[in-house]
Amino acid sequence: MEHYNMNLTLKVWKQKNSTAKGNFETYQVKDISSEMSFLEMFDVLNEQLITDGKDPIAFDHDCREGICGACSMYIDGRAHGPWSKNTTCQLHMRAFKDGDTIVVEPWRAAAFPVIKDLMVDRDAFDRIIQAGGYISVNTGNAVDANSLPIDKKDADTSFDAASCIGCGACVAACKNSSAMLFVSAKVSQLALLPQGEPEREARVLNMVAQMDKEGFGNCTNTYACEAECPKGISVTNIARMNREFLKAGLSTEQ
Amino acid sequence: MSLDSKIPAGEMDKKWTDYKGHVKLVNPSNKRKLEVIVVGTGLAGASAAASLGELGYKVKAFCFQDSPRRAHSIAAQGGINAAKNYQNDGDSVFRLFYDTVKGGDYRAREANVHRLAEVSNNIIDQCVAQGVPFAREYGGLLSNRSFGGTQVQRTFYAAGQTGQQLLLGAYSALERQVALGNVIMYNRHEMLDIVKIDGKARGIIARDLVNGTLERHFGHAVLLCTGGYGNVFYLSTNAMGSNVTAAWKAHKQGAWFGNPCFTQIHPTCIPVSGDHQSKLTLMSESLRNDGRIWVPKKKEDNRKGVDIPEEERDYYLERRYPAFGNLVPRDVASRAAKERCDEGYGVGTTKMAVYLDFADAIIRYGKIEAGKQGLENVSEADIIKMGKGVVEEKYGNLFEMYEKITGENPYEMPMRIYPAVHYTMGGLWVDYELKTTVDGLYALGEANFSDHGANRLGASALMQGLADGYFVIPYTLGNYLADDISTAAIPTSHPAFEEMEKAVSDRINQLMNIKGKQTVESFHKRLGKIMWDKCGMARNANNLQEAIVEIQALKKEFWSDVKIPGDVNEMNPELDKAGRVADFIELGELMCKDALNRNESCGGHFREESQTEEGEAKRDDENYSFVSAWEYKGESDWQLNKEPLTFDIVKPTQRSYK
Ligand SMILES: Cc1cc2nc3c(=O)[nH]c(=O)nc-3n(C[C@H](O)[C@H](O)[C@H](O)COP(=O)(O)OP(=O)(O)OC[C@H]3O[C@@H](n4cnc5c(N)ncnc54)[C@H](O)[C@@H]3O)c2cc1C
Ligand code: SF4
Ligand code: FES
Repeated sequence: MEHYNMNLTLKVWKQKNSTAKGNFETYQVKDISSEMSFLEMFDVLNEQLITDGKDPIAFDHDCREGICGACSMYIDGRAHGPWSKNTTCQLHMRAFKDGDTIVVEPWRAAAFPVIKDLMVDRDAFDRIIQAGGYISVNTGNAVDANSLPIDKKDADTSFDAASCIGCGACVAACKNSSAMLFVSAKVSQLALLPQGEPEREARVLNMVAQMDKEGFGNCTNTYACEAECPKGISVTNIARMNREFLKAGLSTEQ
Repeated sequence: MSLDSKIPAGEMDKKWTDYKGHVKLVNPSNKRKLEVIVVGTGLAGASAAASLGELGYKVKAFCFQDSPRRAHSIAAQGGINAAKNYQNDGDSVFRLFYDTVKGGDYRAREANVHRLAEVSNNIIDQCVAQGVPFAREYGGLLSNRSFGGTQVQRTFYAAGQTGQQLLLGAYSALERQVALGNVIMYNRHEMLDIVKIDGKARGIIARDLVNGTLERHFGHAVLLCTGGYGNVFYLSTNAMGSNVTAAWKAHKQGAWFGNPCFTQIHPTCIPVSGDHQSKLTLMSESLRNDGRIWVPKKKEDNRKGVDIPEEERDYYLERRYPAFGNLVPRDVASRAAKERCDEGYGVGTTKMAVYLDFADAIIRYGKIEAGKQGLENVSEADIIKMGKGVVEEKYGNLFEMYEKITGENPYEMPMRIYPAVHYTMGGLWVDYELKTTVDGLYALGEANFSDHGANRLGASALMQGLADGYFVIPYTLGNYLADDISTAAIPTSHPAFEEMEKAVSDRINQLMNIKGKQTVESFHKRLGKIMWDKCGMARNANNLQEAIVEIQALKKEFWSDVKIPGDVNEMNPELDKAGRVADFIELGELMCKDALNRNESCGGHFREESQTEEGEAKRDDENYSFVSAWEYKGESDWQLNKEPLTFDIVKPTQRSYK
């Protein structure tokens, strides 16, 4: 792969804490290699800021391999930036060219308040899982793993839904800040498995109720979530959850 | 103090059953009065916190990420071992036990490893029951694959995301206990020290990372499930936040450190591309099921990999180790790659890489696929196309990750790979009950030293983390707490808490007040370079002695010239990192001392002075068949204690994978 160096202008959201008012700051970075990751470019900028006695930019990250779901930057108007099916940490500077200006913001959603700069509070997602994103099986209660064969197709579809990394890009991408893609991924994963059957109805009702309580918006089928989801979680999960929800609602009313 | 590993008496395969049958129990109403602190909620911590919550203990769990779902365990790719023998290929608890002891180059405790193999099957059952979507065959039953160092297929997996699926399973069990009120979860919190009262661990001081406040938390017992310390090398496959601080603080308060120098260098990682590199990315060992590793036969061959004809390639692992071929254990594969590159056969621009090639596998799978579909006279292009489809199903996410990072398409040209720091077998010394040398303080998962000896086999860390959390600690902790049922919760106004909070606060202020000129990151990089160059894949006495001096100097420089921006009472990632790097520096010194002391080669620890004529690691069982348990005495001062290792079942021999 040919590599090249570039100079860039960055406009980055700075906000001291959740109550402070934020604003965009402009920074220049020089000699950025096309082989760097986007976060390594931020590392370079932060080192420079610290050396100059300025305040570095706070952002969430950990694995830097697209799996922990911590990184969360809204880059040039897109959650996780210009590459599709990709996380911020896996975005590489090959995506940009010399002289570009890049605008970087945090996830913006009422349910995800800013903690500092590009870091937001996503505890709402944990609370949705607490509402029912599990199978109630205490340690030691399990039967032999192969005692219950599962159709490979269902197992694979369940796995696809389970690959959600809980990053929140779907919420950030949605004009209504809806969390439907995230919630439906977990509901689908468990609804597709026989082990999830006993709690199937209560699960979807409780998780949706918690989602509403957290202040996420409604889904109006624009599919921006699917387009920006780094793991390619499909909106068919939303359709499945809607069916589950209706069915559960009907049977609990009886 | 002497080391008592508390291995139960009796036959190897009865020890754990006997232990469970005779262990002290805590009745349900007493459990409700007992508080347990679990630091870390990766596989080990989340499974422990959930299981203890289910039992009725009052649990407080801590992690520094914004959610327990983001622990480093999430990144594990390849799989988890269990002795199910679903493939009918001759596996058994005994064989898993045997392979693990041998794979660890006879530096692990037999009884622990046997227990691990015994509970391995329960783990798979538990995970499936939780809804972990493991890979399945068309018949609906679970699928398996092979990992290095074994000749059976015992690895369960979920594409290249096994750690993610297992952690999400444990996380959901944990969140369920949070919802039930049995566990209180503190995320974005970092434990900065333990609090001891009358010699027992009775709590921790934690810092709320969002606002910088120090908090005191009481527990009848404290469990450290805080992961490994591979980031002492700066560059590793670990997540950026992985650190040794929790274990190190415990060490300085009396928990001995076991085998600190035992580090695993993983053979297949994406090579370093430049100075900006912040971490290294693993390409799962599962790729060695199908990928063939080679370098050109000619030195400094600058042709592209695909342009080098078959007869001019050296498949050096297949050549040197015909019995295991590309599936030799990690330490062996890593050293072999280093050897080829050091001799000048490396590839790529840096010449510090070897090829991992799927061309043969693509054709092989393509032919099988054509056969399955009953096609005849299939063109080579079609075979390749079908083969790529199969390879994509098996390893698609890894290939995609490779392409994102390198910009090269691994379906078309061989991957370039090189060894990188990956895992630490060393950790806090624990006895059979997972208790450290501090009463009431336990260590689980990668944070302890216990099961992998000098080299961990692939897919065994996930197994160990979940074994410790789901199936071991619920029994062994009860054995300790049964004697503690009349101890009332100690108020955190106790002077021990006060003193410790002050000590933690003083250290933070000291760091902030240095106001030097060099960044935290720059110190971490320098430490990493010393460690990699002198305490990495090959070690010798000279280098290690030099490294110790260099690290001591680096420590001085750090404490007089580090520059930390911002304030204490706010979200300040640089301050968090500074504390961790300060601890890594001290650990680095101990690792070098341990490596220097162990004048033998074993597993991942390769002392150049101790090798066979063929360049293989040469153990010295007569002098080094022990666990090094280092006791902290004061600054740069440790005392070595030894736990002798005895092998009743698996008799140590020169490991051979030929
Ligand atoms: C890229 C990669 C791939 C791997 N693939 C495999 C595989 O296929 N199979 C396999 O068996 N193993 C694999 N491993 C190894 C395995 O993933 C780890 O050894 C294992 O997951 C460690 O689990 P753990 O629970 O001990 O620690 P971790 O998952 O590292 O969790 C540590 C926890 O401690 C918390 N913590 C740490 N310090 C503090 C503190 N001071 N205060 C509060 N909280 C703290 C963290 O927040 C986190 O919750 C892989 C490792 C890597 C790096
Ligand atoms: S559904 Fe996709 S975008 Fe939403 S949290 Fe999951 S991985 Fe992120
Ligand atoms: S840092 Fe983990 S997904 Fe980006």
